[in-house]
Amino acid sequence: MHASSPPAKHSPWPAGDLTRVPYWVYSDAATHAREQDAIYLGPVWNYLCLEAEIPKAGDFKTTWVGEMPVVVCRDESGQLRAFENRCAHRGSLLCLKNRGNASEFTCVYHGWRHDMRGNLTGVAFRRGVNGEGGMPADFDLAAQGPRQLRTTTLCGLVFGTLCADTPAIEAFIGEEILARLQRVLHKPLRVYGEYTQVMPNNWKLYYENVKDTYHSSILHAFFGTFKVSRLSQGGGVIVHESGAHHVSYSLAHQGGPDHAFEQEALRSNQEQQLRLEDTSVLHIVDEFGDQCTVQILTIFPGFVLQSIYNSIAVRQILPRGVDQTHLVWTLIGFADDDEAMQTLRMKHANLVGPAGYVSMEDGAVGGFVQRGIATAASESSVMLMGGREAKSSASRASEASIRGFWKAWRQAMGI
Amino acid sequence: MRTPLPSSEHLLLTAQLTHFMEDYARCLDQDDLERWPEFFADDARYKITTYDNIRAGYPFGMMYADSAAMLRDRVKALRNANIYEEQRYRHILGLPFITRAAVHTVSAQTSFMILRIMRDGQTMLFASGQYQDSIAIHDQRFLFEERIVVCDSSQIDTLLALPL
Ligand code: FES
Ligand SMILES: [Fe+2]
Repeated sequence: MHASSPPAKHSPWPAGDLTRVPYWVYSDAATHAREQDAIYLGPVWNYLCLEAEIPKAGDFKTTWVGEMPVVVCRDESGQLRAFENRCAHRGSLLCLKNRGNASEFTCVYHGWRHDMRGNLTGVAFRRGVNGEGGMPADFDLAAQGPRQLRTTTLCGLVFGTLCADTPAIEAFIGEEILARLQRVLHKPLRVYGEYTQVMPNNWKLYYENVKDTYHSSILHAFFGTFKVSRLSQGGGVIVHESGAHHVSYSLAHQGGPDHAFEQEALRSNQEQQLRLEDTSVLHIVDEFGDQCTVQILTIFPGFVLQSIYNSIAVRQILPRGVDQTHLVWTLIGFADDDEAMQTLRMKHANLVGPAGYVSMEDGAVGGFVQRGIATAASESSVMLMGGREAKSSASRASEASIRGFWKAWRQAMGI
Repeated sequence: MRTPLPSSEHLLLTAQLTHFMEDYARCLDQDDLERWPEFFADDARYKITTYDNIRAGYPFGMMYADSAAMLRDRVKALRNANIYEEQRYRHILGLPFITRAAVHTVSAQTSFMILRIMRDGQTMLFASGQYQDSIAIHDQRFLFEERIVVCDSSQIDTLLALPL
């Protein structure tokens, strides 16, 4: 049996079946440990930061690739570099700051020095003291050091990979997803704020949620309650052929009643007529000129770009043990935003994040599942909405993009 | 520099502000959300952000309103639209420290600790930080003109449903 097969006591998982996901994937410690190598060190582009966060030579930021601590920086020549945040000597974190500016990284423990590429350049007391101690004469600085990532940029985003075989990022995400990324990130970016949402669930439950176009107008009753939007608005789902990446989008509501909603007698439709008193939060500037008001885009394995009304944010999905996830939000806009646009984005930021009118529930549902499946390792979920495949579709009453995630995950994990 | 001894007027104002802050905290802790917007002037600004955002000069946070109407809308959404597991807060407040006092307005900073109690009894330190307030004094009443809630941590556990 393949080493990556599930433990015997768990349910089998028929090859190629994307409609069932056994619950052990969210709680099995061995599976979690394997993900670090099979996924994050594999042929993928991991989101690291925004170029706008490290604009000058010497600027650095600490981040993660899965659970691996990483330093991403701009070297003296302006090149973007990234390497494991681990000292070449005995493994201490090299950089102990969230961000800053430096010309090299010296470990605090025994003073070993590393350049901006992560190369070991100096060993304290290498020749010993008064002829005693020190390193053997044949010690090779170049043979020792933290793992280095290959970096690439796309639309102001910085990605890194630890695998030699990862294709260029444009080829990795494909033309269709690329076009939807370029649609939003079409000019120089600016950072407006950040925070980290700590979720009480396995990272894959959040990834499912962000790809789940089926739940949005049901779980999130804000737009429905205040009669703003509907599942039957125009829009669609694009799933990359590998299943790994996706885009879902919806167009501005064209008016008229929504009978599909009434027939389903959904919670959001049962409330009495409610209106917002301050409707400025619903005012939208059609800044991309295509009437598309909501777009969610994912790049496997940990990147989300969101444009919801005029709130634009990137979200980095980071596993933290088998049953916790950090979702790092960076709220952004464009360098040339005027004050009115900045205020509008700040208002629309109320829609997203841990306090988001349309997304606060996403922070909690993963935990509902994690608790619900506590003893269900041998049971499975059902994902049959919109068929059995992981293909693009015009309907968002579909679980196609989640099936895509599992297709990519199984491929990467060899399960 | 030594802290000068406060005058009795200053102490009286501190005590009055303490009462106002406690009233605000009780309103939230006792699920009296409908009364929450009444602590604010019509054109008040309310923002929840983090120490790191302030230090980096980033203007955005987790919640933002520039009118009391937006706060009433927030309550309406919490009551009618948003889903969150039953939970309540317990605010533990420090004394307000007055940074500026004029005839009709006072600025103050007040430390807070907020415990979150979930339906199963789990209690956690949900947030600590500082309220940075600008308060109008009118007709023997205080009203927030601005309340910036600066959380010490940049992490929020699960969700931030109820206001801080
Ligand atoms: S662990 Fe870094 S110098 Fe020893
Ligand atoms: Fe959602």
